[in-house]
Amino acid sequence: MGAPGQPLTLFSLAQRGLSAQLVRMNAAASNLANAGTVAGSEAGTYKPLRPVFATALDAATGLATVDVRAVQQSSAKAIRTHDPDHPLADANGDVWTAPVDENAEMVEMLDSSRQYQNLVEALSTAKQLMLETMRMK
Amino acid sequence: MNETLFGIHGTALALRSQRMGILASNIANAATPGYKARDIDFAAALKASTSGASADQAISGATRYRVPTMPAMDGNTVEMMTEQTAFAENAVGYSATLQFIKGRVETITRALKGD
Repeated sequence: MGAPGQPLTLFSLAQRGLSAQLVRMNAAASNLANAGTVAGSEAGTYKPLRPVFATALDAATGLATVDVRAVQQSSAKAIRTHDPDHPLADANGDVWTAPVDENAEMVEMLDSSRQYQNLVEALSTAKQLMLETMRMK
Repeated sequence: MNETLFGIHGTALALRSQRMGILASNIANAATPGYKARDIDFAAALKASTSGASADQAISGATRYRVPTMPAMDGNTVEMMTEQTAFAENAVGYSATLQFIKGRVETITRALKGD
């Protein structure tokens, strides 16, 4: 995570960016895995997770990386379905389905993996250039 | 100018390296709401440092916010294609500068060895 108190390097910048994207991908994967899950109460339903990104500027070097400030639960309302035969149905015969939007999660996943890829590519180019500079005779 | 050995190329390499960091910052913050993409106006920074400004002064004086083609709703102004092309352009520039420096070092080495 880049040693605290040390100036930000390109490597720690990229690493923190990659970790943030990984958190985002994991959140989207959790949401997709829980799509369609049913609970017996509104409070017990799975709520989609969403990480909150924030810029972390290193004033000494002028570089800016990204931190995951929090992973928030979405405020979307659980979907109520009347299904008295369901084993989890409550006193009214209702069950509650997780409010996961599969399309939105899919887009989130794609966007995140593209940005991850992009960062890896930028890092490998930068690394290559650094090595070339180091090997200079 | 006190860096007479490498001339303009020493300064250019430092600026290129700094610009690479700024562009990598933009790429890392592609999904951060409200992040404003930055870039260094390379020509302006080089001009400033060849006319006597320090590297830090030249960079802070030539850092600009990117004007987005189409601003996003969340206030983020990072556009992948812009950042990727800028990064590639900068990497090529870095390589070229490095070649110039290598050539210079080779010349000096040959002169020192005398063969």
